[in-house]
Amino acid sequence: MRLSTKHLLGIRDLAPSDIQLILDTATQFKEVLQRPVKKVPSLRDITIVNLFYENSTRTRISFELAEKRLSADTINFTASGSSVSKGETLLDTVNNILSMKVDMVVMRHSASGAPHFLSKHIPAAIVNAGDGINEHPTQALLDAFSIREKLGSLEGKKIAIIGDIMHSRVALSNLYLLKKMGAEVMVAGPPTLIPTYLKEAFDVQVEYNVEKALAWCDVANVLRIQLERQNQVLFSSLREYNLAYGLKKDMLAKLNKEIFVMHPGPINRGVELDSDVADSGQSIILQQVENGVAVRMAVLYLLAGREMTTQS
Amino acid sequence: MKTILTSNQLAITIKRLAHQILENCPDPANTCLIGIQPRGIWLSNRLINEIRAIQPASAMKYGILDITFYRDDVRSELKVANQTEINFSIENKKVILVDDVLYTGRTIRAALDALMDFGRPAQVELCVLIDRRFSRELPIQPDYTGKSIDSILTQKVQVAWAENSEKDEVILF
Repeated sequence: MRLSTKHLLGIRDLAPSDIQLILDTATQFKEVLQRPVKKVPSLRDITIVNLFYENSTRTRISFELAEKRLSADTINFTASGSSVSKGETLLDTVNNILSMKVDMVVMRHSASGAPHFLSKHIPAAIVNAGDGINEHPTQALLDAFSIREKLGSLEGKKIAIIGDIMHSRVALSNLYLLKKMGAEVMVAGPPTLIPTYLKEAFDVQVEYNVEKALAWCDVANVLRIQLERQNQVLFSSLREYNLAYGLKKDMLAKLNKEIFVMHPGPINRGVELDSDVADSGQSIILQQVENGVAVRMAVLYLLAGREMTTQS
Repeated sequence: MKTILTSNQLAITIKRLAHQILENCPDPANTCLIGIQPRGIWLSNRLINEIRAIQPASAMKYGILDITFYRDDVRSELKVANQTEINFSIENKKVILVDDVLYTGRTIRAALDALMDFGRPAQVELCVLIDRRFSRELPIQPDYTGKSIDSILTQKVQVAWAENSEKDEVILF
């Protein structure tokens, strides 16, 4: 029983059975995290480097916790304060780290495809922790895990992804995953932030009215407005974005059903999500974060196991 | 192929094991029976039913334990993890681990490690249906044994249960 891929570069490369295996294994790891001793010895002899070329709070802490809960040895590398500022290339940096006998690389990079490039040149297993505007596979897996936990399964469930679809790697990974697992998907937001090719490429519904999207869905996955990735003005102001596309309490109150609200974080409070929605009982944002550790443990465990068996 | 225990013999053996466990257990309320996933739970399910039938008032606790993440052979084989369900504290309790076949002892070694992550039990005992003698790789012995057999390395013991197979049966092949 193992994954069909050596690396986790994106959900795009995974088979539905891989996704199922990761989510099922994560369920068992979630139980481990409730024990008095929240740690198992599975990866005792594995060394993992966390290579972060871009800022991160949740993902980095979550990966590091997952590695420690699996008893792996971890090294944290952040681009700032390293020899990257002296001009060392990505491949040189990684090869130098690997020559110190490191087994796995968890990597975040602002360039889309950076982990794919690396996977062609190094022997270690790579886990993509977000690359540019391409994919963020572990986020999509933990979103799926959280939805499955609340709704029982993904098949046939209606998921609306709302907000900055164009710049979001979370959106792309979620689209791949939800479609592979048979969920119905709608993307919603301002027309300037939804690429026109999506409808055909993913067979998803496109909606420019957030209230209609909410009325349709079982779960609303609200994405962050990525100010740092916008060179051009795609909407006039944050205030206007909030008025037209932000989730507000009265929108949820108007629905004749209870939907769950997710957000990958960090939240721009008062922009895509009002505080009274983010902190409401319908919000499962903190449960997503909690599930993130279990899901990442599953990914590392399954990849490390595969790595070891192919070597022996 | 040789039948070690028939369906009838198996039922009698399980009754005997249940009686032995109770005989040796002055304080059932502070005792926990824990089946080891995946195959030990068929036996432990039967045992706890038997124990509750003999002593309806006994408050013996029952749980199941998966040891996948504690195995020492992750390098050679990745197993699918199963559910663990221990909804009580084992701190200062007597724990009886239950598995179907005791062979090399490595599963029990992993189970002991896993168990310690749930607390510090006062005492741990081991109950197995089949003890394959002379094939141990670790110094681990059962406290309650359904049947001891002598087998060679190439032989396999298969415990079939009515729940997952046609009938209750233990065979050596």
